[in-house]
Amino acid sequence: MIEKVLKGKSTYWMWLAVLGTCIAIGAACYVRQYMFGLGLTGMSRDVSWGLYISQFTFLVGVAAGGLMLVLPYYVHDYKAFGRITILGEFLAISALIMCLMFIMADLGQPLRGLNVVFFPTPGSMLFWDMCVLWGYLILNCLCGWVILTAERKQVHPPKWIYIFVYISIPFAVSIHTVTAMLYCGLPGRHFWLSAIIAPRFLASAFAAGPSLIVLACLVLRKFANFDAGKEAIQKLTTIIMYAVIINTFFFLLEFFVGYYSGMPGHIHSLEYLFFGLEHDGHVYNNLVPFMWTATAFSFTGLGILAYMKIAKVFDYRLVGVASALIFLSLWADKGLGFVFGGFVPNPLNEVTEYIPTANELGITLGIWATGFFILTLLYKIAVGVEHEIEA
Amino acid sequence: MDNTRRKFLKIAGAAALAGMSAPAIVKLTSHTAFASEDAGHATPAHGEAGAHGEPVSTGVRLGMVIDMRVFAVQPMLLDQAIAACNKVHNIPHFTDRKNEIKWIWKAPYANVFPEQETLHKSEMAKTKPFAVLCNHCDNPSCVRVCPTKATFVQPENGIVGMDFHRCIGCRFCMAACPYGARSFNWQDPRPFITNYNPDFPTRMRGVVEKCNFCGERLALGLEPACVEACKGTGAMVFGDLNDPASEIRGVLDKEFTIQRNPAAGTRPSVYYIV
Repeated sequence: MIEKVLKGKSTYWMWLAVLGTCIAIGAACYVRQYMFGLGLTGMSRDVSWGLYISQFTFLVGVAAGGLMLVLPYYVHDYKAFGRITILGEFLAISALIMCLMFIMADLGQPLRGLNVVFFPTPGSMLFWDMCVLWGYLILNCLCGWVILTAERKQVHPPKWIYIFVYISIPFAVSIHTVTAMLYCGLPGRHFWLSAIIAPRFLASAFAAGPSLIVLACLVLRKFANFDAGKEAIQKLTTIIMYAVIINTFFFLLEFFVGYYSGMPGHIHSLEYLFFGLEHDGHVYNNLVPFMWTATAFSFTGLGILAYMKIAKVFDYRLVGVASALIFLSLWADKGLGFVFGGFVPNPLNEVTEYIPTANELGITLGIWATGFFILTLLYKIAVGVEHEIEA
Repeated sequence: MDNTRRKFLKIAGAAALAGMSAPAIVKLTSHTAFASEDAGHATPAHGEAGAHGEPVSTGVRLGMVIDMRVFAVQPMLLDQAIAACNKVHNIPHFTDRKNEIKWIWKAPYANVFPEQETLHKSEMAKTKPFAVLCNHCDNPSCVRVCPTKATFVQPENGIVGMDFHRCIGCRFCMAACPYGARSFNWQDPRPFITNYNPDFPTRMRGVVEKCNFCGERLALGLEPACVEACKGTGAMVFGDLNDPASEIRGVLDKEFTIQRNPAAGTRPSVYYIV
């Protein structure tokens, strides 16, 4: 099957070349960071996690989002997802690889990374996160590959693979729950110390993952002659809508708890993210434009999807715009605001703002490009197999 | 320094050093040295209102009382204590806030005790800088989150130690510490060390560091550098919190003290007299 990545139209090669260039930029930036240290990033003593960890957190959600295809297809036998479930599994693979790369990029001593294995510490959520991320990655590689191979041979997949498919369902939930537990078990960080973090993470994951899959389906429809089917897309948009509404609801609950209780610790981070936090006569607000843009994107995307449901119209362009808006809004929510906002103010009630450096952005770009490069190759294989069967 | 106190520091320190470097030595300086004391130690104060059966550590638990009344009238004293620590521990001097490495430093009351912030504060709380350092908690969240056991509680004395050679630089402990006590080497710190002290290791880039209650000095029978710098003033009292006969317990029994963010449940070992 792997030979399918070697044949393609010129747009395919151009796309890979663009991604390859971004990867090269990222690699060069990483070499610089490796030689000098994390001082080349915008992180500081006060904001000790930055873009790398926030991207990691967001991408764990994207990986878990594949569950929204696997679950209806394998548990509820929802046939319309038959063609695209493999897209969810392959998206999980590339998202998890990005996660692991972001963690490595964030380590001060990357060569000691295996210490997590040599000195296993079950009390640390990071240890468990490593276990479930690797577990979910291996499960998706296994299930995706075996099922695609069977499909190619036009036989039923072997029975034993379903054991792993069903194991992968709670695993998808666990990767994002454990990732939430990295944050919500820390006593000094009020913004993160909330029992609703894990449910919120899952809700946003079940919107972010499917919206990226919808976008991928639209791209494949235009460039690869692969039609996911109108019914599947419509069902995905329904899932996205519910997940976004639940995510928004959870987020608004945080607002209620903070502002109604009036407890400063519960208000400060929200204030910083949405209105700007006043401190010693200076207002810190560098994330405010992002958060309001995300809010607007989220409601616009939701509005477009709702309009299509109510007016009973279906338009691929509208679906694409809505999915893109929702994906970007969730990225800003979890891939920026959640992590950076948690560090403001610091435990000594001081405020330090975080602004990523160009080098850091280069590495981030490079890792995203690597993920999309892998995703492109995997989707090329999946679509190639589909075409082979049809031929 | 009287003889028994010196002996105590030596034993506590030897155990500290053993715990950090060579497990084999632990056996030689075994806990039998403390066995008799243990019996006396294990007397947690029962019936205290507000306590709900939280476990209390036994054995030696080193702690500190910072008497702000003394620091308030001797403005140079805290600077001397900080300078002593910086010198002893090869702490690099960065001018920018981003790279700062801080083991013990100064901060206003409002920043040190944000949970106990009040509108009408005493003159001292409004104007005097407070000493801030690692609390060497009895239930440290930094230790709980570390994925490699690179930071740990030394069972011999309750010090929260760091293994600079095991730390992978994930900075989970920095996110977990409710006191902002930890610093990260964002770049090679060595060019920024002004007075190199060959008796204490310098750090490499990419690892976390913090106050170690001078475990290396305790092993030699010396007091922590900051405590020594305040010698004779009573500004800093250091000793075993679990020993009812210790000097620090005498101070704690007599004076009303507060701690930083006790609601975090970490059970800090540093007390403040304000």
